Amino acid sequence: MRKILTTEAQSHHSGKPAGLPANSVGIVEPNSHTFPGPFKLACGRVLDEYTLVYETYGQLNADKSNGVLICHALSGHHHAAGYHSVSDKRPGWWDHYIGPGKPIDTNKFFVVALNNLGGCHGSTGPTSINPQTGKPWGADFPPLRARDWVHSQAQLADLLGIQQWAAVVGGSLGGMQAMRWSLEYPERLRHCVVIASAMKLSAQNIAFNETARQAITSDPDFRDGRYLEEDTLPRHGLAVARMIGHITYLSDDGLGKKFGRELRSGTFAQGVEELVEFQVQSYLRYQGDSFSGSFDPNTYILMTRALDYFDLAREYGDDPVAAFSHARCKFLLVSFTSDWRFAPERSREIADALMHANVPVTYAEVESPMGHDAFLLPNTRYENIFAAYMNNVAREQAGGARAEVTP
Amino acid sequence: MMRKDLDIIHNWVPARSRVLDLGCGDGALLERLASEKQVSGYGVEIDPQEIQKCVERGVNVVEQNLDNGLKNFADHSFDTVLMTQALQTLRFPHLVVEEMLRVGRECIITFPNFGQWKARWHLAFSGRMPVSDLLPYEWYDTPNIHFCTFKDFEVLCREHNWKILHRQAVSESPVSGVLKDFLPNLFGETAIYHLTR
Repeated sequence: MRKILTTEAQSHHSGKPAGLPANSVGIVEPNSHTFPGPFKLACGRVLDEYTLVYETYGQLNADKSNGVLICHALSGHHHAAGYHSVSDKRPGWWDHYIGPGKPIDTNKFFVVALNNLGGCHGSTGPTSINPQTGKPWGADFPPLRARDWVHSQAQLADLLGIQQWAAVVGGSLGGMQAMRWSLEYPERLRHCVVIASAMKLSAQNIAFNETARQAITSDPDFRDGRYLEEDTLPRHGLAVARMIGHITYLSDDGLGKKFGRELRSGTFAQGVEELVEFQVQSYLRYQGDSFSGSFDPNTYILMTRALDYFDLAREYGDDPVAAFSHARCKFLLVSFTSDWRFAPERSREIADALMHANVPVTYAEVESPMGHDAFLLPNTRYENIFAAYMNNVAREQAGGARAEVTP
Repeated sequence: MMRKDLDIIHNWVPARSRVLDLGCGDGALLERLASEKQVSGYGVEIDPQEIQKCVERGVNVVEQNLDNGLKNFADHSFDTVLMTQALQTLRFPHLVVEEMLRVGRECIITFPNFGQWKARWHLAFSGRMPVSDLLPYEWYDTPNIHFCTFKDFEVLCREHNWKILHRQAVSESPVSGVLKDFLPNLFGETAIYHLTR
């Protein structure tokens, strides 16, 4: 795991060395802050204290009104944009959408990205030491809900002096956090951007997550989740879990176009006994292996459970309209046509509930063959809609009076 | 859309009311109704380029295919449901109007009048389907698949017991502008109907 700097400095840019793209936020450094507890979780348990690792891009303006919070998805973290060093092969996970001149324009916004509680990239989670035992938490780490993340993100906002976000933005599980923000802290955000998300998972979605968890827990190296203490690692289980997930994040069409039935090795020639391997097999194995070398299995279990448990309207009599009637912000929703994990129907349900609740909403269904992963990838229409919306968000906060259709 | 039908719709929509604009295009009408009459609501559109323009204007727009119906909207959830120059593009126009009157207390519909003299002239003397500035498509590539005239529309209204609150013919040319009041089906280029149940 990467070593995390423990400076609390809010300065983050160290300039842009030559060799990095001009529209990159450049070299960034993670910050870390330990929040004193007690921090009560939705499950009833209490953390004595917790640490969040975060990065910021752009400058917070004088009235601290240009903050944009990025909520990450299942396997995300605080490194959303820019590079940690000039030798980094790849930038942060949402670099395509965060940076100068990009949809989330760091010339206009002060962007905050964090590693959620329960994560494995420096924030307090299953790999942290349990102060009560002096050993890693492992499977004993309390189960988390999206609201726990939202409450901890609100403490981070307090730390940064941000009373109200210009926007809270998230895709997939991140979109669930953004929606929860609009209900838990309605006065603390002006816009909520929910991309490829849902108000709750379907049975099929939960089934995929359960299969992934079973792959991890049935690995002999899992050791009831105490693999760190026992110095093992259920790498194979986690790799299979990731392979299952990865298939569901892509579309049939997308995989077909990328690999078809192309062979990596072997032959179907009669009379020749040579094992055949398809390209898609080796691709999936590579995805699984590289992921299992950089992610914590207990965190994967914790995150997928939080996804399964999320149900936006549960405490509002299972009525999404009643839930969203608490929201005070405006919404942008985007879905992708080939996304079958968080299908466009799920976003339409959100749009319908928002309209019934009289909440301003814009919804776009973007054509893409890339499945659920589309929310992370380049797509001209998605970029244009996202940029136009965020441009209005920036213009509003600059005080420009604009005619708005506000239900 | 012509300036004149915008003005008429503007007069028929009550201030501070809640409006749903089906096939809202670039959102110009909703933007104007919002800024001049404090009207609130949403546009519904299917064309990505038009949706982009709505977002740029800050107009709330929801991507949806009207041919799939309005089942996602509750009964009487809007004061007025608008549809300008989109009726003739729908698979089942009569079902959509029925739905508009379920979702809104009133509805305002505009469509190009196929009974206008130019269209009649074109078909009668050239023997070909009319092509004009307002309807610039050939028959095989036009999105306009259900043309009707003033008279046709009024027959539909009668058959469905839809009450016509107002009707107005508009025309851009000055001569037709006078004559349309006497012979709307012959001289009106665009029909504007204000309906309720």
